Amino acid sequence: MDLLEFIFGRLSFDALPKEMITIGGALTMVFGALFVAAVITYLKRWKWLWKNWLTSLDAKRIGVMYIVVAVIMLLRGGGDALLIRAQQATSVGDSTGVLTSDTFQQIFSAHGTIMIFFVAMGLMFGLINLVLPLMLGKRDVAFPFLNSVSFWLFTGGMVMINLSLMLGEFSAAGWLAYPPLSELEYSPGVGVDYWIWALQIAGLGSLFSGINFLVTILKDRAPGMTLMKMPIFAWSVLVTTILIIFAFPILTATLGMLSLDRLMGMHFFTSDFGGNPMMYINLIWAWGHPEVYILILPAFGIFSEVVATFSRKRLFGYKTMVAALFAIMFLSFVVWLHHFFTMGGGANVNAFFGITTMIIAIPTGVKVFNWLFTMYGGRIDFKSPMTWFLGFIVTFTIGGMTGVLMAVPAIDFQVHNSLFLVAHFHNVIIGGVVFGYFAGLTYWFPKIFGFKLNETIGKYASYCWMTGFMVAFMPLYALGFMGATRRLDHYDDIGGWQVLFIVAGMGVMIIMLGIALQLLQLGVSVWQRKKNIDTTGDPWNGRTLEWSVPSPAPFYNFAVTPVVHDRDPFWTAKQAIAKGKIVEKPTYQDIHLPKNSSIGMFIAAFAFMIGFGLVWYMWWLAILGLLGVVTCIILRTTSEDTEYTVTAAELEKLDMANKNKERFA
Amino acid sequence: MTLQASLKNYTIGFVLSVILTLLAYGAVVNHWSTGWVLIALIISLAIVQLVIQLVFFLHLGNETKPRWNLLTFLFMMMVLLIIVIGSLWIMNNLNYNMMMSPEEMDTYMMQQSNKGF
Amino acid sequence: MNSVVTKAPHEHDDSTTKLGFWIYLMTDCVLFATLFATYAVLRGNTYGGPGGSELFDMPFVLAETLILLTSSFTSGLAMLAVHQKNVRQIVVWLAATFALGAAFLGLELSEFAKLAGEGHSWQASAFLSAFFTLVGTHGLHITAGLVWLSVMLWQLRRKGLTAHTSRQLGLFSMFWHFLDVVWIFIFTIVYLMGVA
Repeated sequence: MDLLEFIFGRLSFDALPKEMITIGGALTMVFGALFVAAVITYLKRWKWLWKNWLTSLDAKRIGVMYIVVAVIMLLRGGGDALLIRAQQATSVGDSTGVLTSDTFQQIFSAHGTIMIFFVAMGLMFGLINLVLPLMLGKRDVAFPFLNSVSFWLFTGGMVMINLSLMLGEFSAAGWLAYPPLSELEYSPGVGVDYWIWALQIAGLGSLFSGINFLVTILKDRAPGMTLMKMPIFAWSVLVTTILIIFAFPILTATLGMLSLDRLMGMHFFTSDFGGNPMMYINLIWAWGHPEVYILILPAFGIFSEVVATFSRKRLFGYKTMVAALFAIMFLSFVVWLHHFFTMGGGANVNAFFGITTMIIAIPTGVKVFNWLFTMYGGRIDFKSPMTWFLGFIVTFTIGGMTGVLMAVPAIDFQVHNSLFLVAHFHNVIIGGVVFGYFAGLTYWFPKIFGFKLNETIGKYASYCWMTGFMVAFMPLYALGFMGATRRLDHYDDIGGWQVLFIVAGMGVMIIMLGIALQLLQLGVSVWQRKKNIDTTGDPWNGRTLEWSVPSPAPFYNFAVTPVVHDRDPFWTAKQAIAKGKIVEKPTYQDIHLPKNSSIGMFIAAFAFMIGFGLVWYMWWLAILGLLGVVTCIILRTTSEDTEYTVTAAELEKLDMANKNKERFA
Repeated sequence: MTLQASLKNYTIGFVLSVILTLLAYGAVVNHWSTGWVLIALIISLAIVQLVIQLVFFLHLGNETKPRWNLLTFLFMMMVLLIIVIGSLWIMNNLNYNMMMSPEEMDTYMMQQSNKGF
Repeated sequence: MNSVVTKAPHEHDDSTTKLGFWIYLMTDCVLFATLFATYAVLRGNTYGGPGGSELFDMPFVLAETLILLTSSFTSGLAMLAVHQKNVRQIVVWLAATFALGAAFLGLELSEFAKLAGEGHSWQASAFLSAFFTLVGTHGLHITAGLVWLSVMLWQLRRKGLTAHTSRQLGLFSMFWHFLDVVWIFIFTIVYLMGVA
């Protein structure tokens, strides 16, 4: 092996993009990044960025960064969606549409991967970071440094996926890369390797976050806040983290085995030498099913908070809500085979998993009814989080029903891998996950930034999303029912089909309008922030602890750790004050907060090096990356100077200043 | 099960583990039994050794309430059994329904490969 | 909302850190469970080649097992020394743990080298891929443990037994015991069931 091959592995100038679409995408990203860098340089904000954001271990900062990355990826994933619709609307009969076959394969693979791993997971971890410590009456999560590592690993995975657009290619094997297609024999290029390592890196971040948030909830609640006094959002996070910690290792192991097949010539899932591709599908879905519940449960939690607050009524059926969360959690571990009813497991296996799949709809139904019962008899305040909720109730319920339909194996045999399936999962993910996280973003935005988002634009954005979703995906249900297979870049000219594809394309445009309105909303809100300023810290007349601190939340969250006596403690406190209860002057104590650290970022950078090295067969780079990761870990774990103190006197000064701001606003 | 970390307890755990290891080894190498009975025996010995090590080395169950360690361990065991037993059941059924056993598939693939496919 | 006495900085850290690490170990168990499940499904897929009964050297494996078990015991003794704050003893038992762990790893690597040298490498069949990966992943964990142990010994020399170092040694011993627990099942399911 000559020197160049040793240094560059299989990397060469050949890796640069050649197709117009890919070049366009790559250039957009490069110029976008350069533009942002230019703006930061012009405003001389590099040091500020480094000190206040990139090296911060404050969960609120980390949360905002997650959301920024997720929104950027939403734009890329949305762009992919537009291209998919454009292709399927035009590539009918004799036409071959706007994309080559190979590009189309990569685009839908990227679309799914990005939306699930970087948009949904990103928004989820972002919101949990922003809200959970505040809601529990705490200053930060249990392991703030690990939190930073998680965020940077997530970003490392994101960079890897975006790099594949500029250097090499992406996987053409779908968002789950089934073998044998994803094995070396049929996918010899770098695409599947990029996919594997982006997910391994980001997945590790997710696993660490799961551990972090679980320990936070179990060990780190305000005094007096027993588990049964926690807000339901915290319960939903608890259940989600349990799913994360037990499901993600399956993904790590399975992707690991696929990479061993590809890198070391092993035969786990190859089609020869005794390999069994069906085992991959079994394992990947044993992870994959809990994953979709990981995505939806926090959204359910958000709605529990939103509905109670905007109905001005206690959440109906707190205990059954908790029970339903646990029922969903247990059941989500025993339904995974419904993703491959057609693989040939036979009647016994299919019947068992079909039944469990149908059962899991029941606790979800309990939750839906509890939200409705919360609204009943309440005084509804129709702010935009509620419009997202109403969109959710209609949209998600339809999607859930089509899910129960497909839980019947015999029916699934007809619609598996058709556009009916595609419509179903977009139905529940958009209606449930996306609407839920958008509601959460709108709801908690003032707490983090100190001003509300423009309500009118927000509502119009939600109407666009709801309408756009229906227009984009109802045709897909019809097409799937009529026999249209998913993931095809060309359809025969069957009567009535193309028109439906065109309608679906219109729907995606309406959704794009919704996204545009959301970006507009952000811009307008920043412009009008003084008009929409949140002076009290409690813009929605909330019920839970996060609303008891000023907006934006101070870096220490609570000057004095609150003591909790019941559910909805802030609501109780407000009622008491209204009845004339005097609030005592608080006694301040010294507090300890984590110092900034750049090591999380370096760990992720070195992890990225490992991934990049393995993708391009630059073994020296991978080894260097490994040494870097190990060194960083040793450096961090052997250092004992990781906290700083805010004295009681400083705390009192800061707290008084915040209170004065509220009074004189 | 409140077992403090002490020289006595570590030694008991160690000695019991050695005995259980030797028993399982002896059972297999000396053919004290065959088939399912043997498998059941060595699995039982493994499970007993697991509990011994959990209690004597890892002090499981030795915590004050709430017993999160024990709870997460039990949960993990549930997930583990679901994955292992579930996969075995599913894959067995799949292989059966795909007509060839792994061995038959192996033989078939080798034949095809010898024919130059 | 009344004020409350906040705990001293590291007081809540200990049990919180231990729980966090314990939960990480539980996730590692699920990782191994996946590899075990794969091994169980693929162990018959030898592609006409030899299976466990032809390849495994049982006395060798027994020696490995007893060595690792002893190292788990010595790591426990090291923890007793930590409670007694006897740095000398700590170092002695940690060094013993290291030596035994390294011996285990050495034996395992020689087993792997022998098999690969004879043509029974991880590329030869699905069974062998599963075997090398399951046992090899355990071996990688052992390697990581040995690196960790070296760092701990170095820290002990540099800083002595601080609260921080104590806590970390506690985590290390949890990790090391966990690896022996996993080995019980590799020993039983891979080797014993392989030749039974």
